[in-house]
Amino acid sequence: MGRYVARRLLQMIPVFIGTTLLIFLMVYSLPGDPVKALFGQRASDPATVERLRHQFGLDKPLLTQYWDYITGLFRGDFGQSFTGRPVADLMADAFPVTIRLALLAFGIEIVIGVTLGVVTGLMRGKFLDRFVLVFTLIVTSIPVFVIGFVTVFLFGLKWKVITPTVQDSMDIAQLFAPAMVLGALSLAYVSRLTRTTVVENLRADYMRTALAKGLPRRRIIGVHLMRNSLIPVVTFLGTDLGTLMGGAIVTEGIFNIQGVGNTLFRAIQTSEGPTVVGIVTVLVLVYLVSSLVVDLLYAVLDPRIRYA
Amino acid sequence: MLNPTQAPEAGPVSAAAEAPLPGGSEITKARSLGQDAWRELRSNPIFWVSAVLLVLFLLMAAVPSLFTSTDPGHADLRNHYLGKPEWGHFFQPDWFGYNGQGQSVYARTIYGARASVIIGFCVTLGVTLVGGVIGMFAGYFGGLLDTLLSRLTDIFFGIPLLLGGMVLLQAFTHRTIWTVVLALATFGWMPLARVMRGAVITQKQADFVTAARALGAGTTRILLRHILPNTLAPVIVVATIALGGFVSTEATLSYLGIGLQSTVSWGVDISDAQNVLRDAPHVLLVPASFLSLTVLSFILLGDAVRDAFDPKLR
Repeated sequence: MGRYVARRLLQMIPVFIGTTLLIFLMVYSLPGDPVKALFGQRASDPATVERLRHQFGLDKPLLTQYWDYITGLFRGDFGQSFTGRPVADLMADAFPVTIRLALLAFGIEIVIGVTLGVVTGLMRGKFLDRFVLVFTLIVTSIPVFVIGFVTVFLFGLKWKVITPTVQDSMDIAQLFAPAMVLGALSLAYVSRLTRTTVVENLRADYMRTALAKGLPRRRIIGVHLMRNSLIPVVTFLGTDLGTLMGGAIVTEGIFNIQGVGNTLFRAIQTSEGPTVVGIVTVLVLVYLVSSLVVDLLYAVLDPRIRYA
Repeated sequence: MLNPTQAPEAGPVSAAAEAPLPGGSEITKARSLGQDAWRELRSNPIFWVSAVLLVLFLLMAAVPSLFTSTDPGHADLRNHYLGKPEWGHFFQPDWFGYNGQGQSVYARTIYGARASVIIGFCVTLGVTLVGGVIGMFAGYFGGLLDTLLSRLTDIFFGIPLLLGGMVLLQAFTHRTIWTVVLALATFGWMPLARVMRGAVITQKQADFVTAARALGAGTTRILLRHILPNTLAPVIVVATIALGGFVSTEATLSYLGIGLQSTVSWGVDISDAQNVLRDAPHVLLVPASFLSLTVLSFILLGDAVRDAFDPKLR
């Protein structure tokens, strides 16, 4: 197990370097001069431009800039945004909000998605099963921003159950509706995936054995069926936490939540290179770590899998 | 298993009963996987529903004037500011009401199909080519090349499609349909490469590949004539389902203001309509419904194609 983790950690290094380098090159080598943009409408003074370029290290070759950035990362230094604020500060403001939002969406997704999946799997072919199947299909095909607007229109403007925009980004009650919107797509996937594996496992031999030896129904479904059915679901959920945090761009925009998505969106629009690179670096790390955790969870859930 | 020369035994019972002779397959002609899949598809109502819807959307994209004679750009602020829909006036300019500029929502929705359809198809074609070639090389040659190409795939997987598209598109001050296609294809090819690699690895160990090699077939011939036809099924399935996702992502980019500019498109129209959501929800909901219906048709078609191509489900 320890050796496996070590090997996986080593494999993550080239992927991490590659992904950050890719985003770094895209942000800094594409046309558009962020320093000149700082001057806005006024004519830029060449001497000041030079000084600023030097201050942000933009006069060095790209690969040197990247090297400086990566070595800075290990000291916990994410660099400075063009407005002079440390990127780490910006992220310290934005991440708590988005982590709350993503975890809330994640919780909703697990509770409702898995429940729906298990119930429909056990009631295969019944009316409820058909209904949920059609419903999840519709949800998967509606783009997130449309779901967001429909939610705002129906619940916020027409029936006035929720506030159309979030006033306090740290208030869990206000984050509930955005979290539903953010998690809707994954919720549909989770329930379909759970349903498929439950239906498959219902036919397994060990289910018949459990039934034959007279175990109560609650134990058969709760322990025997669930533990085996949840393996593929856990895989999906693991990689999904990262997706939720990255996918918050649209949801946070619609509900005006001051989180990572909004910060990232503004940074991309204003060519705030350091901020974009910083946030994407953290998102990539979340993605890599969660996929490692998923692989390790396999061994916990499925005793047949052993990592040497 | 996917070898077309070994047709699954789905033939009529009479073939087995009347074929005591060797080579009895002359009675019922051996069918390829593709033909079998087509038979399966024809009997699936979901396939027909999605196919009819898609033909309708394709027609809208190709000849919008077939559906409306109104110019989508024609604006009449005095008479039609946020005019309410007249649900009874089928195919009339005021069927779905008017937007904040007094333009017919119906005409704009019909003309908006073109951008979505072109982008969806071109991106899918692009990612199938790029991902297919990368996956095929990685799977067939293995070794160092496989390691390099697989790590490259992992690297691109680390950046979500929407995020990568946004960063890339932000660099273009003038964005057309083709810049959006380029951006989406750059960050969308990875699933296809993985599927192709897996399929090629399975196929290259098959007996018919060894046989072809023993007969002196070159690498190009083995790859193109023997392996490629047998990997098409999973690739087509993944590509069809991905198409819906690309249409949706394009609309999202346009909605965020980083996608198409000065083009009639559903994403742009939905983005413009969000300010009048309170007073005139129809301006937003009509293009949004058309967009969702298009994505739904592609997902349904992909599901049907997967069921048809998967011999295990038969």
